[in-house]
Amino acid sequence: MDLFGSFALLLAFLCAIYAIVAGILAIRTRKPLLIKSARQAGFAVCGLIWIAFGSLVYLFYSDSFWMAYVVEHSNRALPAFFKFAAVWSGQQGSLLFWSFLLSIYVFSVLFAYRGKHPELMPYVGVVLAGVQLFFLLLNNFVASPFHILGTPGPGGVLHAAALPDGNGLNPLLQYGEMLVHPPIIYSGYTGFTIPFAFALAALLGRYPGEKWIHLTRRWTMVAWGFQSVGILMGAHWAYAVLGWGGYWAWDPVENASLMPWLTGTAFLHSVMMQEKRGMLRVWNIWLVFTTFLLCIFGTFLTRSGVVSSVHAFAQSSIGQWFMGFLIVVIAICIAAFFKNRDYLRSDNQLDSMISRESSFLFNNLILLVACIAVLSGTLFPVLSEWVRGTKISVGPPFFNRVNIPIALFLLFLTGVGPLLAWRKTSTESLRRNFGWPLLGGVAVMVVAIVFGLRDFYVSLCLLLSVFVTLTIGSEFYRGARVIAARTGANLLSAVGQLTMRNTRRYGGYVVHFGIVLVFMGICGQVFNQDKQMEMAPGSVMTIGPYTLTCQNFDSTPEPNAEAPNYTADRATIAVDRNGKQTMMLYPERRNYVSNQESGTMVAIYSTLKEDLYVVYAGNNQDTGQPVIHVYLNPLVKWIWLGGVIVVLGTLLALLPNRQAVLVVRAAAQPASPAGPQPAVAQVTHYDAQD
Amino acid sequence: MKPKAKFTIGAVVILVTLSCLAWVGARESKTYYHTISELATLQGYARHQRIRVGGDVKAGTIQHLSGEVDFVLQEQGNTLSVSYIGSDPLPDTFKDGAECLVEGHAASDGRFVADKVQAKCASKYEAAPGANPSGSGDAAGSQNTRS
Repeated sequence: MDLFGSFALLLAFLCAIYAIVAGILAIRTRKPLLIKSARQAGFAVCGLIWIAFGSLVYLFYSDSFWMAYVVEHSNRALPAFFKFAAVWSGQQGSLLFWSFLLSIYVFSVLFAYRGKHPELMPYVGVVLAGVQLFFLLLNNFVASPFHILGTPGPGGVLHAAALPDGNGLNPLLQYGEMLVHPPIIYSGYTGFTIPFAFALAALLGRYPGEKWIHLTRRWTMVAWGFQSVGILMGAHWAYAVLGWGGYWAWDPVENASLMPWLTGTAFLHSVMMQEKRGMLRVWNIWLVFTTFLLCIFGTFLTRSGVVSSVHAFAQSSIGQWFMGFLIVVIAICIAAFFKNRDYLRSDNQLDSMISRESSFLFNNLILLVACIAVLSGTLFPVLSEWVRGTKISVGPPFFNRVNIPIALFLLFLTGVGPLLAWRKTSTESLRRNFGWPLLGGVAVMVVAIVFGLRDFYVSLCLLLSVFVTLTIGSEFYRGARVIAARTGANLLSAVGQLTMRNTRRYGGYVVHFGIVLVFMGICGQVFNQDKQMEMAPGSVMTIGPYTLTCQNFDSTPEPNAEAPNYTADRATIAVDRNGKQTMMLYPERRNYVSNQESGTMVAIYSTLKEDLYVVYAGNNQDTGQPVIHVYLNPLVKWIWLGGVIVVLGTLLALLPNRQAVLVVRAAAQPASPAGPQPAVAQVTHYDAQD
Repeated sequence: MKPKAKFTIGAVVILVTLSCLAWVGARESKTYYHTISELATLQGYARHQRIRVGGDVKAGTIQHLSGEVDFVLQEQGNTLSVSYIGSDPLPDTFKDGAECLVEGHAASDGRFVADKVQAKCASKYEAAPGANPSGSGDAAGSQNTRS
C-alpha cells in the first residue's frame, strides 16, 4: 500500500507537469484537443492524489507499524476515529491532506466549468496545476508520508523493519473536535486558491469584464466560511482542551489563520465595488493575491521556526520551500500586473463621503491595517532583530490596543454600510434609516452603565451591537412589509420570500448578526473571574453564583475498557447555583501510557450567561490533594453561537436567488440623481441592491 | 472639498491614531529575548526590562512551594534559578527535562521571577499540520497565560 501511494503521488507530480505544459501550449495554439488534454491531466492529478491519500488512511487503519509516519502518530489502542485524525497530525500527512483538499476544489472547478469560458479556463487550469505541483513536490521529495522503517543489515544494506506498536497520538489531539477542525481550516486555506487562480488567469489572459468575479464569488464565500468556522473551532479547541480558561492568545499560529481571513473579508466586500461600479480593480486583484500569499506565508511561518510558537516548536527545513514558492508566486503576480495593468483601469470615481463606496473603502482600509498590525506583531522578533539587533517580542496588549478600536469601527460600518446608497446618501435618509437604531443602542448602553458597566470599549461595543442588530432587523422588516402588502402573505413568510429573492444580501445580514454575537461574547471576558484552591473531599469553594463542593477524588491506576490508552486522576465536584443543586462536574487529568504525556480534561458547565470552567490543575505534592482551578467566563457561549449563525448566513448567501426580480424597498434609497449608469445597470438584473 | 481628499484625510487620521495605539501597546508588552549566559551580563536599564529566557528544566529541581514553583533551567552548561509566581496552573508539558520558555523579570538576588511559563514536551513532536489556529497538529506545548 505504501508503494501504491507513493507511486500515485509520483504520477500525480508528472501529470501536474503535463497539465502545465499542455495548458501553456493550449493557450498559445488554441487547439481544442490540447485544451481538453490539459484538463484531463488536471482531473488525473486530482484522482491520483485521492488514491495516495486513501492509501495513507488505509495504512493507519491496518496498524502498519512498519511505516515511519504511522509509528509516530498512531498506536494499536488508539480509538478508531482518532486514527483518522492521526493521518493529518504530523507534517507529512498534513501536507498530503492539504493536497487532497486542494484537489477536491480543483476537480470541482475543472468539472463545473468544463467546456465553458474557453478563453479563461486554460489559464485557470495552468495556475491551479502550478499550485498543486508545488505541494506535490513536497509530498514526493521533501516530506513523503510513505517512508518505511529500516534497520541497517550487514554491508550497510537497510532491511525493512516493523515495530509491535506505535508511539500514539498527541493527547491534546485526542479530542472529537480535532477530527473536524483541521479539515475545515485547511478547506479555508486551500479554498482561497480558487479565487486566486481565477484572478491571476483573468489578468494573464486579459479576460474582459468582471466575469471572473461572478465566477469565483461562491468559491470565495465557501473558502471564507470554512476559514471563519476553522478559526472559531480552533479557538474552541484551545478553550476546551488546553485548560487555561481562554480561547485566543495572539499566538503566531492563530495569527497566521487570522491574516488571510482579514484580507479575505476585505475582498468579499470590495468585489461589490467592482461588480456595481467598476471601481477598485487593481485593489481587488491585489487583495486576492495577498490573501493567497498569506495562506502560504502562514504555513511558512508556522513550519519554519522563524517565530516561536507554543504550537509549532519543532523546526524543519521545509520553511525554505515555502519561502521559495512565495517568492516565485510574488514574482509572477508582479510581472502579470505590470504587463497587463492597463486592463485594470477604473470606470468610476468616489462621488461622496457618505456613500456605500466610501463605507467599503473604509472597511477595506481598516481590515488591511488590522492585517498589517497582526503581521508586524507576529514578526516583531524578526523585524527587531533586523533593525536593532535584539530580539523583542510584543504580547497581547499590542494586538488588543490596535485591534479593539478597529473591530469597533468595523462593527459601526457593519451597521451603517448596507443602508447607505451607492454614490451618495442624503442626510434625510440617514436620519430615517439610522435614527431609531442609534437611539436604541444608546438607550441600552445607558441602562448598562446605570447597572454598573464601566469599561469604555465594552460600553461602545454594546451600543454598536444593538445598533447593528436593529438596523439588520429593520432591513428585514421593511422589505418584508412591502412583500406582505403586495402579496397578502403574513410577515414571517414575507421575510422568507424576501431572503430567497436576494440570498446574497440577506445571507450577508445574517452573517453580520453572527459577527455581532461573536463580538458580544468576546466582550464578556472583561468580567472573567478565576480562583484556585486545594480541595480535599468536603472542601467548598464559591465563585459568582456557584458553590462547588469536592465530593471525592479518585484515580484509575491502569488503563481499562473505558479508557484504553491512559490513566486518569479525577475529581467529583457538586455544583450548586444559588443554593440549588445544579450538576456534577468531573475535571480530569490524564496520563497517556504510550508516550508518558499528560492532558487536561476541562469540565465546563456552559450557559448563555456564563461558563463555569473547572480544571484539575494538579496535585499538591505534600498532601496529595487535588488543586482545582475554577474560571467563571461570561458570555463565551455567544461566540460559538455566533459562529453557527455565521455558517447559516454563509450557506444562505450561497443559495441561488429564487427570482431575478428587482425588489424595491419602501424606504428606498434615493435614485441616482445622474443619468443612466451603465456600470450599475449592467448588473441590476443579477442581484439588485446589495 | 473633493470626496477623494476627504477620504484621504479620514484615512490618515485613522492610520495615525492606530499607529499611536500600536506604539503604546508595543511599549507596554515588549519582551526582550535573552539567553541564560547573556542574562548575567545585562547592566542597568536592560536588567529591568521584561525578559524571556529559554532552557531545559533540570531534572529533580522542580519544587512546589506555597504560592510559587521553583525550578532550575539549564542551557549549554549555564543554569538559572527560576521562581514561577503566576496564578495559572503550569502546563501539562512542564516536567523534568522539558524545553521551557519563561517570561518575567530578573530579581536582584540573581533569581529569575517568572509570571508566564510555556513548555513543550522533551520527547518527539513535530511541526504543526500547517497554519492551524490552534496548532491542532503538534500543540505540544500548552499555554498558561490569559490574554
